[in-house]
Amino acid sequence: MGVSNLDIKTIRGQFPVLDQKINGKPLVYFDNAATTQKPKQVINALIDYYQGYNANIHRGIHTLAERATSAFEETRAAIARFINAPSSDEVIFTYGTTDSINLVAQTFGRSSIGKGDEIIISTMEHHSNIVPWQMLCETNGCTLKIIPVSDEGELDMAGFEKLLSDRTRLVSIPHASNALGTVNPIKQIIRKAHAAGAKVLIDGAQGAAHLELDVKDLDVDFYAFSLHKMYGPTGMGILFGKRELLEAIPPYRGGGEMIREVTFEKTIYNDIPYKFEAGTPNIADVVAAKAAVEFIESIGKEALAAYENSLLNYATEVLSSIEGLQIVGQAKEKVSVVSFIMEGIHHQDLAVILDQQGIAVRTGHHCTQPLMQRFNISGTTRASFAVYNTIEEIDILKTGVERAVKMLR
Amino acid sequence: MTINEKQDEIIENFELFDDPLDKTQYIIDLGKKLSSIDDRYKTDEYLIKGCQSRVWLYAERKGNQLYFYGDGEPEAQIAKGLISMLIEVLSGHTPEEIANSDLYFIEKVGMRNLVTSRRAGGLNSMIQKMKQYGALYSQLPA
Repeated sequence: MGVSNLDIKTIRGQFPVLDQKINGKPLVYFDNAATTQKPKQVINALIDYYQGYNANIHRGIHTLAERATSAFEETRAAIARFINAPSSDEVIFTYGTTDSINLVAQTFGRSSIGKGDEIIISTMEHHSNIVPWQMLCETNGCTLKIIPVSDEGELDMAGFEKLLSDRTRLVSIPHASNALGTVNPIKQIIRKAHAAGAKVLIDGAQGAAHLELDVKDLDVDFYAFSLHKMYGPTGMGILFGKRELLEAIPPYRGGGEMIREVTFEKTIYNDIPYKFEAGTPNIADVVAAKAAVEFIESIGKEALAAYENSLLNYATEVLSSIEGLQIVGQAKEKVSVVSFIMEGIHHQDLAVILDQQGIAVRTGHHCTQPLMQRFNISGTTRASFAVYNTIEEIDILKTGVERAVKMLR
Repeated sequence: MTINEKQDEIIENFELFDDPLDKTQYIIDLGKKLSSIDDRYKTDEYLIKGCQSRVWLYAERKGNQLYFYGDGEPEAQIAKGLISMLIEVLSGHTPEEIANSDLYFIEKVGMRNLVTSRRAGGLNSMIQKMKQYGALYSQLPA
C-alpha cells in the first residue's frame, strides 16, 4: 500500500479520543513518542475481555480460564510474528520497555557482567537505559562506557568501535532516540558487538511502532519495547530474548507461574517464557495488545513508515521556516520526531500557549538529561507524529508556534 | 486597597477576556513589566523550589508592611507574570494579612488552567513562600 492510498480520515475515525476539543480548539495530538492514542479495536478488546471472559490464566480448567489463557497466548504468538521471533517462547511479557531493560540488567547482567567488565551505552539514552546499568555497576563492579553523539544527533560510530573491547559484555542502545528522532544503525552495531564477543540489547521503545523489525535478521540478543507507544494498552511491554540466553540466565522475580515444582528444599523453575513471568500478569492489556499489532499490520509497516516520514519532512520544512527556531537532532535517518528550541523562549511557556490552542506537544528534557547537557540546553519542545496525524495539523502547529512567539516576544 | 480589593480588581480585569490566550497575554505582559531584582538575590536562598523555570523572591519589611520583590530568568515569562500578579496582590500588607490571606482570585481568573499541572506546583510554591514570609515576620517584633 503506498502513502497516497492510506485513508487517513478512516484511520482517524478509529481513534475516539481524537474527536474532541481542547480549550475550544480541535485536539492536535503530537505527543505520540510519549504514548499513542488507542484505536477502537484495542478499547473494545479490553471491554470484551472484562465483560466476556475475565479469569486468571494458565491454571484454571474452567471455560473462562481456558478462553483467557488462549487469548493471552494468542497475543504472544502475534508479537512473535510481528517481530519475526523464531519462537513465541522467546517473547516475555513485561510492564513496559523500562521493565524489560531492568529484567535484562537483573538477570543477564547480574549473572554475566562482573568486575572489570564493561557495558556500552550512548549519550542519547533515555534514563531507562542508563539507570538500570548504573545500578548493576554499583552491585557488580562493572563500568559504563558512553558512545558520543555528533552535533547532528548521530552516534559516533568510530567512537563506538574504539570503546568495543574484549571487556565489553553488553552494548545497550536505542533503536531510535526519543528526544531527537535519530534512527541508529543497529544492524551494524549488533554485528560489530558480536564480533567483539558482546551481547546486544536494543531499547526499541521508539522503534517498534515505526521501523521494520525482524529480530531474526538483526540477530539481536534482546529487544525491549512497550505496547502503549504502538497503539496498544499502557502497562504492557515485551522483552524478546534469544532462547539460549533466556534459558541460561536465572529468573528475576519469584512467585507463582514461574515454577515447575516447589519444595522447602528446592524450587525447579518453569520453562521460558514463564520463568520470567511471576505472579498474575496484566492479562487484559496483554489480550488487547493483539488488536494493536493487528491494527499496525492492517496498514502495513512500510506504508506507515512512509506516511510518517512524509509528516516528518513536512514538519521539518515548515518549522524550520520560523525565525529563531532551531531543530535539535538533524540525523539523516529519523523517526517522526521533531525536537526544537526557540531563541529567547522557554519551552514551558511555548507548551502552555500551544495547549491553549489545542495542541499537545511534550517539553523538557524527555528523560534524556545527559543528552540535553551534550547540547547545552535545558530541554526542547517535541512534536512526534503517528499515523492518524495530518499535514493540516502540522500547519496548525506552525501557526500555533508563530502565535506563541508573537505573544512572548 | 486591601488584599481582597486587589483580588477583585484583577478578577474584573480578567472578565474582559473571553479567549484564554488573551488571559495568558495579560500575564506575560505583567511579567515583562516586572522590574528586575539585584543579582545578590538571584541565589538558591531566594529561589522558589518546584518551578520548572528559575524564579526568585525576597521580602522586606517597612514599618508594619511587608514588600515583595521577585524576578525570573528572562525566558520564563509566564512564571514572571504569575509572580508579578502575586506581588501585586500581597505586597504592602501586614505580615498577618499575608499569612492569613485567602487567594480566591487564582481560581476565579482560571490561573490554574493557564498553567500545566507541573507548573501549578510552582504556583503553589510561590504562594507558600510568600505566606511563609508573612508567618515569619508576624512572629518578629516590628
